[in-house]
Amino acid sequence: MLKNRSVVSIEDVDSDDLNDLFDLSDSMLRTIEKGGSTDLLRNKIMATLFYEPSTRTRLSFESAMHRLGGSVITVSDVKTSSVAKGETLADTIRMASSYSDIIVIRHPLEGAARLASKFANRPVINAGDGSGQHPTQTILDLYTMRKETGSIDGKVVTMVGDLRYGRTIHSLIIALSKYDVKINLVSPQILRLPEYVYTKIGDRSRIKEYDDLSSVIADTDVLYVTRIQKERFTDQNEYQSVIGSYSVDGDLVSKMKKDAIIMHPLPRVDEIRPEVDELPQARYFKQAYYGVPVRMALIYRILGD
Amino acid sequence: MEKTLRISKIRDGTVIDHVPSGKGIRVIGILGVHEDVNYTVSLAIHVPSSKMGFKDVIKIENRFLDRNELDMISLIAPNATISIIKNYEISEKFQVELPSRLIGVLKCRNQNCITNTHEPVESEFEIVSKHPLVIRCVYCERTMGEKDIFS
Repeated sequence: MLKNRSVVSIEDVDSDDLNDLFDLSDSMLRTIEKGGSTDLLRNKIMATLFYEPSTRTRLSFESAMHRLGGSVITVSDVKTSSVAKGETLADTIRMASSYSDIIVIRHPLEGAARLASKFANRPVINAGDGSGQHPTQTILDLYTMRKETGSIDGKVVTMVGDLRYGRTIHSLIIALSKYDVKINLVSPQILRLPEYVYTKIGDRSRIKEYDDLSSVIADTDVLYVTRIQKERFTDQNEYQSVIGSYSVDGDLVSKMKKDAIIMHPLPRVDEIRPEVDELPQARYFKQAYYGVPVRMALIYRILGD
Repeated sequence: MEKTLRISKIRDGTVIDHVPSGKGIRVIGILGVHEDVNYTVSLAIHVPSSKMGFKDVIKIENRFLDRNELDMISLIAPNATISIIKNYEISEKFQVELPSRLIGVLKCRNQNCITNTHEPVESEFEIVSKHPLVIRCVYCERTMGEKDIFS
């Protein structure tokens, strides 16, 4: 049960919660597609604190809250807020939790959302903490896999790109390890999955690491592509050496199964070529579209009756 | 096994026994024993032991250990025995105990962890595995092994 609980890590959401959220997301999606909103969370206020840039996540959280009939308060630019005056995150959170019913936070430092959940007397949702976790993206990714392929179990999921710093990858692998899936990890050596993520996965035997996509592309059911994040590299020479190494183009997609899907948490730079957008396997815009119903479902389960 | 004492009895202080052979130097490091120390510290390395085969033993005169130091010792010497010596007699003897959480005794090695800022929180780690030793930061979730902790 997620009622009044914080969601900082994907492990805060168990498999029963996930299945319930998927069903509720379907229902929220139907509401949106009928052009409607609800007043399920009328008089509830969500505070959004984004200490890092965000487009999709922020907009989808705020849209979700509005569609649930609640309202949103936010800090438009942390540079002009009390943070600029040296206020601790702990104090900002204490203040925000006294003004709202739920807090959504994105922060460049790992562990920031866990800290926030300790100082808030309201539930906190982690919208990304450094290269740590991004649990709502994971719920949305799992929902997309289930909706677009029929089920998650039995699939071969290939993840490619920045497996070292990509927080969406870390949360997703931990979540997928609880399903009956085979996971292929494709990345340059310097962007391999960190050991600390492996310590959260029970059975490592279903995960295999590869240097290139060619050996796994034909068997893949879900190709999950991530951006090589320039801002995560302290050594820019290292960044230059790996960008563009894993580009998905029409030629590569032609080797995929017809019913396979391509996902990406977005934004992309050049890792998926524009020609792929029109191919039937491309589902990344649909994935982004599902962001609102999934977040509606989560917020409602935390704050609703 | 020899019956004679390799290190003489101490009048007052602490004896740390049953430290795994080779780990005594790390225990000395935990206790912050440096060149300018003003109490006597004796370290016996690779001492024959009926229980352990070989062990290290540390005797520290006129110094007693606090909870944080005991917690840290338990990480590398989970079966260490602590004897508090007063006037040549053992006044208290106990085994260190690995706590389920380590609070405020270690710094997270992840420079990007929120606990390494000016936030009003103590570092906090949970024990993932005792053998080999692996601990996880409760905040950033990064893991550290024995080498990371004691380097």
